[in-house]
Amino acid sequence: MSSLKENLLELIRRTSVEMPDDVSRALIRALQEEEKHTTAEFALKTIRLNMEMAASKSQPICQDTGSILFYVRCPVGYDQPGFEAAAREAVVQATKVGYLRQNSVDSLTGKNSGTNLGPGTPTFHFHPDRGQRGVDARLVLKGGGCENVGAQYSLPDSRIGADRDLKGCRRAIMDAVLQAQGKGCSPGVLGVCIGGDRATGYAYSKEQFLRLLDDRNPNPDLAALEEDIVRTANQLGIGPMGFGGRTTLLGCKICAVNRLPASFFVSVSYMCWAFRRQGVVLSEDGAKIEKWIY
Amino acid sequence: MRATTMELKTPIPETTIRSLKVGDLVEITGLIHTGRDAVHKYLHDGGTLPVDLRGGVLYHCGPVMVKEGGQWVCKAAGPTTSAREEPYQAEVIEKLGLRGIIGKGGMGDKTSAGCKQFGCVYLHAVGGAAQVLAECVKKVRAVYLLEEFGSPEAVWELEVEKFPCVVTMDAHGNSLHKEVFARSKAALEKLL
Repeated sequence: MSSLKENLLELIRRTSVEMPDDVSRALIRALQEEEKHTTAEFALKTIRLNMEMAASKSQPICQDTGSILFYVRCPVGYDQPGFEAAAREAVVQATKVGYLRQNSVDSLTGKNSGTNLGPGTPTFHFHPDRGQRGVDARLVLKGGGCENVGAQYSLPDSRIGADRDLKGCRRAIMDAVLQAQGKGCSPGVLGVCIGGDRATGYAYSKEQFLRLLDDRNPNPDLAALEEDIVRTANQLGIGPMGFGGRTTLLGCKICAVNRLPASFFVSVSYMCWAFRRQGVVLSEDGAKIEKWIY
Repeated sequence: MRATTMELKTPIPETTIRSLKVGDLVEITGLIHTGRDAVHKYLHDGGTLPVDLRGGVLYHCGPVMVKEGGQWVCKAAGPTTSAREEPYQAEVIEKLGLRGIIGKGGMGDKTSAGCKQFGCVYLHAVGGAAQVLAECVKKVRAVYLLEEFGSPEAVWELEVEKFPCVVTMDAHGNSLHKEVFARSKAALEKLL
């Protein structure tokens, strides 16, 4: 038996050092499809080697261990503050041993807290659910380079010729891909939210990263748009790291939520190839690991 | 197609730098220094470094460093996005006498002009490849400005061996990033 804190420390370690299976398979496929003896192939071979080394050395895949985003599904009445306290302790420990970089900086003074704790860091999203048995705790570590190439569009947008329809959404999403080039560490994955307000649009776009790359959107229009975005992006020749090449995106996941009549936001979050997401189902007391999710 | 790998030893002579072309694969051996957002602004605001970087290479990187038995150990060290240093980079190249900038994502026209004028190249490391690149760091020799800027933003002096990069901006005004952007923009216009 171990404590909730110890199990969350293991969740952080695995998230930081091991790639989820679905993403590493997509990267290997991209390597196989890339033209040989090119800088794009060099980039993907380096990525493959890096994934292997990080796992075997138990050290971070990427030095930017990113924003620490917890998504927790729990039974109604669950002790959320208790979870937060254990997670904070686990984060401090993970930072001390180098699974996480010191990544929490005071925005006014520039002072690094050194522990990854501070106002706004880490972040927790709790979803209590009546049918939930045990605690489903998922973690996404999202680096700053890919966060910086995220974009939010307010339609209509005459600059890119985007109206308030699915075609307009497509134009907005493709503009985000073009502007990002290799700067978000391509080949990446897009999480997109159509609708919402400026805050919830980005929040929902990030929740798309919890989906498996090879799942299928239950909404046929969105499923078609997701496929179309990936196919179109991979005809642009941006390629791994923006070196030029065949794979620019590994996936695109889109959701739609309602909006105000006055607003039509398309929020695009970019996840780098070093797609760090893991999850664990714990017993309600946090002491037992029932299963790993990804 | 890329050319064969070229070995670069720091400090690097200007003639070697001027012979490099976009697409060349290089491996760097010797001393390099990290420097990112805080350091660039600090230098721009008139700050100075307690170490001479002439002929050297500046690495846009905020590594994961852990002290083990009194010695700093580099746990992860991939490149960070360089575009944020665009306002300062050309000036920093001149001020420090740099011959190479390692980063990711490429930089803009001002840096390109600086590379041409002062004899410097932009070297693209593979973003996210923090373990492959940390493996090339053989020793952490020193650290500067650690108290002031915190670990990710400090200037780390690293002894590296065969550190792999691609030349994506050369000292003749060529930029792979500019080429790929123009090409992908034209391709997208046809697909919309």
